[in-house]
Amino acid sequence: MTELIDLVLLAMLALTALRIIFLKDLFAIVMLFGIYSFLSALIFINLDAVDVAFTEASVGAGISTVLMLGTLALTGRKEKKSSHTSILPLIVVCVTGAALIYGTLDMPPFGHPDNPIHQHVAPRYIEESPKEVGLPNMVTSVLASYRGFDTFGETVVVFAAAIGVLSLLGIRRRKEKKTPESGLEAHHVLHVVAKVIIPLVILFALYVQFHGDFGPGGGFQAGVIAAAGFILYALVFGLPKAFEVVSPKILKLMASFGVLLYASVGLYSMSKGGHFLDYNKLAADPLAGQHYGIIIIELGVGITVFAVMLSIFYAFDSQAERSNIK
Amino acid sequence: MFVLDIITSILLIAGVFFGLSGALGLFKFPDFFTRVHAASITDSIAAILIISGLLLQTSFDLNTAKLLFILAFLMITSPTASHALAKSARHGGLLTLAEVKDKQQEQKH
Repeated sequence: MTELIDLVLLAMLALTALRIIFLKDLFAIVMLFGIYSFLSALIFINLDAVDVAFTEASVGAGISTVLMLGTLALTGRKEKKSSHTSILPLIVVCVTGAALIYGTLDMPPFGHPDNPIHQHVAPRYIEESPKEVGLPNMVTSVLASYRGFDTFGETVVVFAAAIGVLSLLGIRRRKEKKTPESGLEAHHVLHVVAKVIIPLVILFALYVQFHGDFGPGGGFQAGVIAAAGFILYALVFGLPKAFEVVSPKILKLMASFGVLLYASVGLYSMSKGGHFLDYNKLAADPLAGQHYGIIIIELGVGITVFAVMLSIFYAFDSQAERSNIK
Repeated sequence: MFVLDIITSILLIAGVFFGLSGALGLFKFPDFFTRVHAASITDSIAAILIISGLLLQTSFDLNTAKLLFILAFLMITSPTASHALAKSARHGGLLTLAEVKDKQQEQKH
């Protein structure tokens, strides 16, 4: 039964990808990308990778769709006809693909119990992490404690993305009060429903943030969900009002604060005589130290991701509103 | 719980029926507004029926509460989404089928 579901989902994934290649309407392509992300999230759930599915659904289908729509508002929705011949790129793609497939031939067979991953890596985490870290959700233990360096790197990458977007686009505040005629102004139903939904979204984000030790979730998903709540506010009530709630300046501070919070945990554990990000040294009891460390760095990740996603949205949307006025 | 199983299957089958008819309508209906109406059926009644079918299969614990939350969330958001779609289309100047016919008749006279 699981194989059947997998097959159907993979077939739909392939169909969506083919449709994306042959469509010229960029708006429809963005929507198909969202469907693609939801389908991959379903496949991840079928593989019992709930945390990954959660991230894929919230980041891939949620935020990135909104950001790509923001880009479309700047560029227009039709794909330009390319004047290049497609033979050379086709050859490059075929050669690269063949090399990649050749590389997979050396890999151990998929799902085989004798694979190296099932010999020492996974059993080590499954047996030792309840004693060493003590969290019910082993994904969080691996992500935040065993692989704390990698997660720190990811957080810095997210931060760097914000620096890139903000230095290219920048967030423009408009001086004049006149806003362009927007269809959303008269949307009383949307206003009411948004006012009901947004607090619940933020509450759910906090739940995901602080429940990540026990169930699926964590800083990345929580940051994205909270940002989605504020983006909904900005979409329904307009960008100037969103600026009054969370100003871009505060967002810049928050983005760097999250990364610094993460790094300071590492530096603090060094000052206590351990290695960088060695949570055992944070408290007298190593297990308690692990708990403190993971909660704090997840908070850092959440703050950074929230601030980065929201400021990228601000950057795109303020540009779009400006070009609408012209 | 034999009775609950039967009720669940009835609810699930009804939900799947409404989901399928919504999808069929999305392809077969002639213009935007009728299509939104068809699509909103999958969001509302189909989702409600399927989730209430699933509710009866839980052992009335935390999962029941989570399903109820999802149900409440869907009942608020999906009609809003359909409403916003239709209203934005009106704002953008899209006419219903009847209005298009009226306009064509006016142009003939």
